[in-house]
Amino acid sequence: MAQSKLPGWVNAGLIPALNLLTAFFVSGLVILAMGENPIDAFGYLIYGAFGYEQAIGYTLFYATNFVFTGLAVAVAFHCYLFNIGGEGQAYIGGLGIGLVCLYLGDLPFWAILPLTVIGGALFGAAWAAIPAYLQAKRGSHIVITTIMFNFIGSSVMTFLLVEWLKKPGSQLPETSHFPDQTWMPKMWELAEKFGIKMAHSPLNLSLIIALLCCVGVWFFIWRTRWGYEMRAVGRNPDAAVYGGISPAKSIMIAMLISGGLAGLVGLNELMGVQHRVIINFTNGYGFVGIAIALMGRNHPVGIFFAALLMGALFQGGSEVAFEMPNITRDMIWTIQGFVILFTGALEHMYRSRLEKIFIRKDAEGTV
Amino acid sequence: MGRNGNSNTAAGGQPPAVELINLNKFFGHVHANKDVCMTVERGTIHGIVGENGAGKSTMMGMLYGFYQASSGRIRINGREVKIKSPTHAIKQGIGMVHQHFMLVEPFSVLENVILGAEQGGLIKTSMDHARKELDRLGREYGLEVDPDARVGDLPVGLQQRVEILKALYRGAETLILDEPTGVLTPQEADQLFRMLDTLRSQGRTVILITHKLREIMEITDTVSIMRHGTMVAHRTTSETSKEELAELMVGRKVLLEVDKTEATPGEPVLALDGVGFVDDTGVSRLEDISFTIRAGEILGIAGVSGNGQSELLEVLFGVSKVREGTISYHGKPIAGPGKHTNSLGMHGLGVGHVAEDRHRTGMVMDFTAAENIILGYHNNPEINGPILMDLKKVDDLCRDYMEKFDVRPQDPSLLATGFSGGNQQKIVLAREIERDPDLLLVGQPTRGVDIGAIEFIHKQIIELRDRGKGVLLVSVELDEIMSLADRILVIFDGRIVGEVAGGEADERTLGLMMAGIDPTREAQGEVA
Repeated sequence: MAQSKLPGWVNAGLIPALNLLTAFFVSGLVILAMGENPIDAFGYLIYGAFGYEQAIGYTLFYATNFVFTGLAVAVAFHCYLFNIGGEGQAYIGGLGIGLVCLYLGDLPFWAILPLTVIGGALFGAAWAAIPAYLQAKRGSHIVITTIMFNFIGSSVMTFLLVEWLKKPGSQLPETSHFPDQTWMPKMWELAEKFGIKMAHSPLNLSLIIALLCCVGVWFFIWRTRWGYEMRAVGRNPDAAVYGGISPAKSIMIAMLISGGLAGLVGLNELMGVQHRVIINFTNGYGFVGIAIALMGRNHPVGIFFAALLMGALFQGGSEVAFEMPNITRDMIWTIQGFVILFTGALEHMYRSRLEKIFIRKDAEGTV
Repeated sequence: MGRNGNSNTAAGGQPPAVELINLNKFFGHVHANKDVCMTVERGTIHGIVGENGAGKSTMMGMLYGFYQASSGRIRINGREVKIKSPTHAIKQGIGMVHQHFMLVEPFSVLENVILGAEQGGLIKTSMDHARKELDRLGREYGLEVDPDARVGDLPVGLQQRVEILKALYRGAETLILDEPTGVLTPQEADQLFRMLDTLRSQGRTVILITHKLREIMEITDTVSIMRHGTMVAHRTTSETSKEELAELMVGRKVLLEVDKTEATPGEPVLALDGVGFVDDTGVSRLEDISFTIRAGEILGIAGVSGNGQSELLEVLFGVSKVREGTISYHGKPIAGPGKHTNSLGMHGLGVGHVAEDRHRTGMVMDFTAAENIILGYHNNPEINGPILMDLKKVDDLCRDYMEKFDVRPQDPSLLATGFSGGNQQKIVLAREIERDPDLLLVGQPTRGVDIGAIEFIHKQIIELRDRGKGVLLVSVELDEIMSLADRILVIFDGRIVGEVAGGEADERTLGLMMAGIDPTREAQGEVA
């Protein structure tokens, strides 16, 4: 029996490209309706995202956040769990990172770095652990519980920042600044050490950590028995039980890793840029992670590219908003929405048609 | 069409009930039906046989309006028609009884019968009409059913009767039955055949899809054989034989009888003592089950589907917990109240298990063959490093097993869904048998498996026995149990109701036991 499968380049290249073009086409119509020239707008967008060195730095900086949250959603999804709680897990993870920086900030950076990674991951994982336990043992739906935990997380953080962690004497709901040695080295600073000149941008060492996470996640999911168990539970829990796998255990593992990954957003945002814990620093990155995972097909490589695309839209979008007075920040969100809609949610729009074209051709070739 | 219709009338007096002429059907690039032709005369029972994936269901789907033919023609009573939907098919006088009943269980028989065929806005009119009509059909065809009974309360045989009544109520002249005896006891099957016989004598036409050659020989007038999407032959039943049909289906000679020597049972491997099991809803599914499986014997569990076989296997696999009694393995208790060995533990003890339903519990269908071949054995040190799994070894293992079990295509990276039913089952069996278990628990080893693969699978099971291993065989296919098992236990309503030696088993006795009737008492009753 011949498999009805699309060639790899169509699957990984042509379909996303067509989806993206459609998204831009529809966005173009909206821009046209706003009285601006869509071609110019996309010119600004691309220039703003990739046109100069600093822009690329910003794009990659945003992409770093999205890699963390995208991976978080993807890991859970391999166990067929929709972790909608990335936002809350990232927020609470930031608390863990902040606490390490504030209370152990006297340590040298080489000791701080692993401690903050552990702190962020641990706090993020802890925030995912309760919904995970409720799903694994009580069958409470993970979507509902993780959404709820976003709200709880937000309230807890507000309470802590206002009541306990606030910088003494300040009116702002934020902590004191982290000690200097806890700041995540910027890429341009690192480059300078090697004698390379780079434009200043918030891009920092977190990108490397994010990329390492991509590799780690890939190994975990496809190269370890725990990843295997998790995928088996995700695809067919009954067969998994017959194979001696405990779904509860797999659910816990998947969600803890997922929460841990989301918890690392603070490395980039807090240690990289803010250098303190501020209110709502997650800025919706956790939710965008859902779209990233969807667009990236839950594969680390796909997630990296989806994160890059989203980072470019974030960064290039501000450029468009700046250059074109009719296009507001909200319009940029609309365009991002179209991209998510067409590349993620409407993924099957072209697939069946392309399958017809390519598989028909293929069949004729073999007959 | 008029011309052809005339010529047919001239030849046979009456045009055939159904004529399929050069039907073709493509699914994507799969050519599921190739130039299929078939003629079914009115007032006959016509059988269709073929292995899984031979195209039987596709062909019937086109006749019943599920699919549109890519090309070709369909004639009903000599008139060419385009059947666009099942509703349209019913209007043409074609009714279908599906393998899985399409009934609303909480509804009464009457409500089910009128469902979708209501007349007017008020239910009462339809109900009154249907009540009269059912009464008439019941008398004419021997299809009596209490019209007010709740369908969910009826035994399977009667539910099937409701399906047939539904079709007849809608005016079906031609009735298609898809694997109708799969869920029936032999007695219920006999009853069904008597009904079909009556239908035939009343001038209705029946098309019977089945893979049981015995049924074809027993009831049909003519038979069509399909293979790989083509119609390979048409036969008059009285002029053919099971052997010829099997050969036509598979395309080569097939051994229908299983070749097997006398068993030489050794030490007990597994012993159950008074085992009981209660499901999540509190219903007792198994009661007081006691038996022993010895090394070197095949113990068969016969029974109509749904009488506790699945629960028994789950308990033995270590998936469900025993409520009462004990299970011991090589004399050591391994499960009982407060003691549980899960399926990994069972594997560790050397117990292999082949789940009844490979799609639901035996395999992960979205996994590749290689991933499936380690399911349940994925923790084995031979394929694992401290952290990483050695995929190369998994791949080699899979290739090796595929070679030994003749799995085709021999591609470990192909998804399970890409294999035929028989090859999927071979993957599962390879996984369990190749670890050289002391005891193999097998549920429905050949469900949805083609004849060629059945032969192979049966051989593997007997070989395992001959190597001195114990085998527990649970199957709803009585033929399979009778040809493989050395001893047969009959399960009814969660209890073991009788034991028969494999050699002495006959279908009638087993059938009565499967229906919960003690055959010895029945016999006495007849004498008295």
